[in-house]
Amino acid sequence: MFSNLDLQQIVFGRLTLESIPYHEPILLWTFIVVAAGGVSLLGAITWFGQWGYLWREWFTSVDHKKIGIMYVVLAIVMLLRGFADAVMMITQKALAVGVNEGYLPPHHYDQVFTAHGTIMIFFMAMPFVTGMMNYVMPLQIGARDVAFPFLNNFSFWMTAGGAALIMLSLFVGEFARTGWLAYPPLSGAAYSPGVGVDYYIWGLQVAGVGTTLSGINLITTIVKMRAPGMTMMKMPVFCWTTLCSNAIIVTIFPVLTATLALLSLDRYVGTHFFTNDYGGNSMLYMNLIWIWGHPEVYVLVLPAFGIFSEVVSTFCGKRLFGYTSMVYATAVIAFVSWLVWLHHFFTMGSGASVNAFFGITTMIISIPTGAKVFNWLFTMYRGRIRFESPMIWVMGFIPTFVLGGLTGVLLAVPPADFVLHNSLFLVAHFHNVIIGGVVFGLLAGVNYWFPKAFGYKLDPFWGKVSFWCWLAGFWVVFTPIYALGLMGVTRRTQHFDDVAVQPYLTVAVIGVFIIMAGIAAFLVQLVVSFFRREQLRDLTGDPWGGRTLEWSTSSPPPPYNFAFTPVVHDLDAWWDMKRRGYARPLQGYRPIHMPRSTSAGVILAGLSTVLGFAMIWYIWWLAALSFVALIAAAIRHTFDYDRDDHIPADEVARFEELRTAQLANGVRADA
Amino acid sequence: MTALANPSAPPAAAGRPRGVLARAVRRHLWRGAALVACAALLAGCNLTVLNPSGDVAVQQRNLIIASTALMLLVIVPVIALTFLFAWRYRESNTEATYDPDWHHSTQLEVVIWTVPLLIIIALGAMTWISTHTLDPYRPLARLAPNKPVPEGTKPLTVEVVALDWKWLFIYPDQGVASLNEMAAPANVPIAFKITSSSVWNTFFVPALAGMIYAMPGMQTKLHAVMNEEGTFRGRSAHYSGTGFSRMEFDFRSLSQQDFDAWVEKAKATGSALDRAAYLQLEKPSEAEPVRYFGSVEKGLYDAVLGLCVEPGRMCVAEMHHIDRSGGGGKDSEANRDRLDYDNRRLESGEEPPGATAPASGRPARGPVQPEGMQPRDQERGRDVKEPGTTPDPGRPGTPPGADQGTAPPQLQNRPTDRHQH
Amino acid sequence: MHETTAPPGAAAPVFYQQEEHAHGESGTLLGFWLYLMSDCLIFAVLFATYGVLGRNYAAGPSGAELFDLRLVALNTGLLLLSSITYGFAMLEMEKNRVDATLRWLAITGAFGAAFLAIELYEFAHLIHEGATPQRSAFLSAFFTLVGTHGLHVTFGIVWLVTLMVQVRRYGLIADNQRRLMCLSMFWHFLDVVWIGVFTFVYLMGSMR
Repeated sequence: MFSNLDLQQIVFGRLTLESIPYHEPILLWTFIVVAAGGVSLLGAITWFGQWGYLWREWFTSVDHKKIGIMYVVLAIVMLLRGFADAVMMITQKALAVGVNEGYLPPHHYDQVFTAHGTIMIFFMAMPFVTGMMNYVMPLQIGARDVAFPFLNNFSFWMTAGGAALIMLSLFVGEFARTGWLAYPPLSGAAYSPGVGVDYYIWGLQVAGVGTTLSGINLITTIVKMRAPGMTMMKMPVFCWTTLCSNAIIVTIFPVLTATLALLSLDRYVGTHFFTNDYGGNSMLYMNLIWIWGHPEVYVLVLPAFGIFSEVVSTFCGKRLFGYTSMVYATAVIAFVSWLVWLHHFFTMGSGASVNAFFGITTMIISIPTGAKVFNWLFTMYRGRIRFESPMIWVMGFIPTFVLGGLTGVLLAVPPADFVLHNSLFLVAHFHNVIIGGVVFGLLAGVNYWFPKAFGYKLDPFWGKVSFWCWLAGFWVVFTPIYALGLMGVTRRTQHFDDVAVQPYLTVAVIGVFIIMAGIAAFLVQLVVSFFRREQLRDLTGDPWGGRTLEWSTSSPPPPYNFAFTPVVHDLDAWWDMKRRGYARPLQGYRPIHMPRSTSAGVILAGLSTVLGFAMIWYIWWLAALSFVALIAAAIRHTFDYDRDDHIPADEVARFEELRTAQLANGVRADA
Repeated sequence: MTALANPSAPPAAAGRPRGVLARAVRRHLWRGAALVACAALLAGCNLTVLNPSGDVAVQQRNLIIASTALMLLVIVPVIALTFLFAWRYRESNTEATYDPDWHHSTQLEVVIWTVPLLIIIALGAMTWISTHTLDPYRPLARLAPNKPVPEGTKPLTVEVVALDWKWLFIYPDQGVASLNEMAAPANVPIAFKITSSSVWNTFFVPALAGMIYAMPGMQTKLHAVMNEEGTFRGRSAHYSGTGFSRMEFDFRSLSQQDFDAWVEKAKATGSALDRAAYLQLEKPSEAEPVRYFGSVEKGLYDAVLGLCVEPGRMCVAEMHHIDRSGGGGKDSEANRDRLDYDNRRLESGEEPPGATAPASGRPARGPVQPEGMQPRDQERGRDVKEPGTTPDPGRPGTPPGADQGTAPPQLQNRPTDRHQH
Repeated sequence: MHETTAPPGAAAPVFYQQEEHAHGESGTLLGFWLYLMSDCLIFAVLFATYGVLGRNYAAGPSGAELFDLRLVALNTGLLLLSSITYGFAMLEMEKNRVDATLRWLAITGAFGAAFLAIELYEFAHLIHEGATPQRSAFLSAFFTLVGTHGLHVTFGIVWLVTLMVQVRRYGLIADNQRRLMCLSMFWHFLDVVWIGVFTFVYLMGSMR
């Protein structure tokens, strides 16, 4: 028994040199490019001596603004990875028609589509949304930080750790070949041995802990830390959508954690939850994963709705139409989102009444969603609309999203779903709502709040280029994909026998390159804006004529956000303050109580990531060691009672006097 | 095909006019031709889902169109109003009313909530009714509009097994079976019983009816009828591992005489499908050529459904029976061995359908194909000499020739008339 | 309708507060409560899984044949008692008596450890009889549900010991009182979950 346990296995588990795909040209070049980029980035940081600065001011920071920015940076990096997967997928599909096999063999292609879905949802959309909520929400409610600043930092690093594990699968071993929700029995130990599904599980588990904790954190912040006078019904809509979104997170991510834990028990221990034999039930997994999976869609789209609400009302110079019904619509969507999961598998044979029930609950969601669209519409009515970069995204969003909603309701009719399920029509539908709703919303949000975060606006020309490329690209890609779905073409195929699909796919490839131009234009926009920052500088803190409290402080806000906690009298508090003659206080500053930076989050999340890696590769000693170290580090952290700091009154005064000067003379913040 | 034929039309149409004026005309013609091409792309015979040949799929298509029309009632005004308001209330239009404090109107709110509500009530009613009438488990009531199923019609029973990565069709009443090809007489109701041997798949013939999952150890049902004769495409629509892309079959809708002849041909040319032959067939392989079986061992489908084709296995039904009567007791170690099913591939040394490195024994993402897969065109001539990376042909249980050999005709591009009907 | 908006010319009200109002500790308790509810959902999934798979014995032993109700009743008693003793610890904490608080916490921990010991004994016994988690879906669900609860108790004990060290070292300062309150909620939560396990798994599994 012990004779085949040689030393290498004990030390490295199942990790061998062959697991590193150095003989694969695609991977090798990717690795070389990534490594070259990484080394030059790290080299530059070292050369300019920025490690200490990054560590002190960013990595260990518990400031919600910096954590929010780090989330968004992570999301943009992962967007590039996920988009590269998308390009590989669509080009493979367009090439591999008839006799041609394309350039990705099935077992590579299968990893690409699994990684694309996993990355785009968990490591692009989620961090992006979380970053936005983190940055904006405390400012909007007039708070100085979130309820649990350390947890916030820890949550971010857990998300980053999960992303690191997924990225690692590119160069060490392989990723799952199961589709992004890893349905058993295919994802079980018997049908998917190897590290692919384990990478998937551990990547998601590590990130999932962070997401759950971040959800708890943000709910507590909203409930407990609103500025005096800000009743729930005077809260900005974005805060409402954040609250509902996080309420969903807190209820669904534990389900994901438990479900993936059961799957890992099947894989590691040999239990029989989802196996074919010994009484296991794979349909149970389908139910559990979609109880997480469907509300997850609303986790992503509700904050995007919030962003659109803020943007519409700001750029129409008008209070949001039907605030109350907007709030109730949000709450109804959140509530009903828990009751629709079965529509993802009408074709499992659940029986007509069950299918019809879930079909109708799904349609019910379209009622509050429709009401929201009307509310945005009537906010524009009798407004004075300024089509600046954030607002044009709204104009692209409404028609796109409404059509995505149409195809969604179509899919909610069970007999219609029987012919459209698992087809490219379905693929086009969810990209329609996720790109048209979530991504457009997030990009509107970036354009809207960027001046708040960095003190200068984003370049409007490149913003418009990016918008038009995204919008046109989206429709050029997904119109043919819808059509292919109506031809009965199904998803996740690596090759087509029927040459009739090729023209459609070729058009889609052109569209993908237009979207690529949109992403490039967005990156160019960031760079150009940085170089043009003097022209684009915002000294007022309120570049758009904003309505909510984040615009009442300077851009970027001081570490403490508000020298004096604002008192709220009305919805659109800052608008109210401006019109009723608010005078900025110029003296009487007091020391401000702020949480202190800590490295515990980085350490704990780093150890969790190592634990995940060790478990993936069966390096048991390392797993045990990192687990013990994790517990020890957590306990060690609880012995740190001195977690608070004070910003002395004269330092507050210095910040505030600078802002006074800025407002009076237009003096730059760093002068 | 319409889609392919159309792009060739514009140049011919645009070629004639000459001169200065001609340029404008040509541009105009181009635009018209492009429009025609677009319309053809969308409305051509390609769109199987919108132009099916089986009555169930036709009803599903009608439902799609009706629901879309219903939703367009609200969606078209919304999109129109979006652009109208955006234009009317643009900042530069100082003539438009600007009322920054207008943010509430009870009447409007009522309309906003009622309109979608009414549409959803209508759609919900449609959903409830159609979900019940088009329940795949429900035997057919009609063959076509106004054509009820004649009294005493016996539907054709077909037992479908999704294997890694091919389809097995068993005809219990005819006593034959076929692989990767299914035949049925037109205008006769078909009762499908569907299961799978290892992982989930979906049985989907877009022209016939909607899809339904094929799940191991479980049975789903589908009732459908094909109203036209011809050859249609069917496939698995639920990702099931490496060979999924080529998990397709031809659905041949024949006249009754032709179907009888098809059965006779299967009886005459096909080998016997017994348990041993099934176990051999069940091993993963892609793009298998069409094959017929002249006889089928009695009870084979039930054994497949019960995960007990291998001798000595306990069937799922028997296990359920024991469980319902309170379990097998503490001394049931023997049952344990008889129930082992999923690990049979690992134990026989075969590569499972979703294996990744290092368990797959292949280099991570390398050109070496998983077991049961055909070599890819690109690999011909590519030198793969990594030591220990090629699958060991001597492994027990590997079907001979699984790792080598040229692609069968199915791999080559088939004539494009597969969609014709 | 302009009902909530004051006219622009009205006298400016107070728009900021001069005095600092520290946010109360209730934030932590609310957050911890939310965490408990999310944890509760993990148990909900495990209960649901047990509900689906609990009779899938795979032609193997059933709960009625395996469960030793007397042992489980003893275990339930131990856990319920530990909740009571934790309550006493909290009462002593209110009176700011360090030693008495520590004493009751130690008793609570001892009860928890005894509970774990009996549970491990039960598990070992089952495995010895061939009723391993790999034997059937029922046993997989059983071991996972009960084991997850046991894992929570284990972490509770680690936390308890940590807190005892901290109370001894730093006294019953506000931070420690808050932490004791959180652990108290956690401990009682585990008790409630156990009542569910006892009823749903053991009692209903033994009845037929």
